[in-house]
Amino acid sequence: MAIRVQQATFDPGVELNALHASNVGIGAVVSFVGYVRDFNEGREVAGMFLEHFPGMTEKSLGKIADEASQRWPLINVEIIHRIGRLEPGEPIVFVGTTSAHRQAAFDACAFIMDYLKTRAPFWKKEDTSEGPRWVEGRCSDQDAAERWKQS
Amino acid sequence: MIRVQYFARYREALGLDGEQLRDSGEFTTVDQLRLFLLARGGVWDVLGEQNLMCARNQELCSLDEPLEEGDEVAFFPTVTGG
Repeated sequence: MAIRVQQATFDPGVELNALHASNVGIGAVVSFVGYVRDFNEGREVAGMFLEHFPGMTEKSLGKIADEASQRWPLINVEIIHRIGRLEPGEPIVFVGTTSAHRQAAFDACAFIMDYLKTRAPFWKKEDTSEGPRWVEGRCSDQDAAERWKQS
Repeated sequence: MIRVQYFARYREALGLDGEQLRDSGEFTTVDQLRLFLLARGGVWDVLGEQNLMCARNQELCSLDEPLEEGDEVAFFPTVTGG
């Protein structure tokens, strides 16, 4: 399990290949990459600043990865999240999951993203055509996380 | 003492990233601490927002989370990473 919170950019292809290279028992690799868009909620976006809560950020991502590893038979989990100033087109987040078979890797990757979106202490401030703006949380993100609740 | 931290839009609205509060036993829950801060009025109204999130010792918690001397509490708006 690897958790990285960093200002520097990363190459999603390199990360993906490294995940597979770590173990030949891996039959499935699933990844999600989130990018900065140049348009959001009706405004042009020239860039953004990602604030976080040092300490809690790493802990909460580790907890989410642990929970995924308990729920699905994963071989590896990697989460990378950028912080600081980001330009449109740059990657923000990478989640990679590996397993012997595809379903566990697919489900765990979606679970990690849904939990990360609603539980990890990151906040986006966009630099828009009409000035700076804090991104507001979305109800659809809360609903997405709800579907993983175990009864 | 209780250490309180504020993040993102709250930090900006309050013009403050954190403070230390002397606790003489009145802050038995995170919500009691929040109500004490809210009573300062003015910019502190942000802590009355419905989508406020909070953490105790760097773990997300609910407002009825019990507090102990030496705890670290953080208040912040809905998270928007990913």
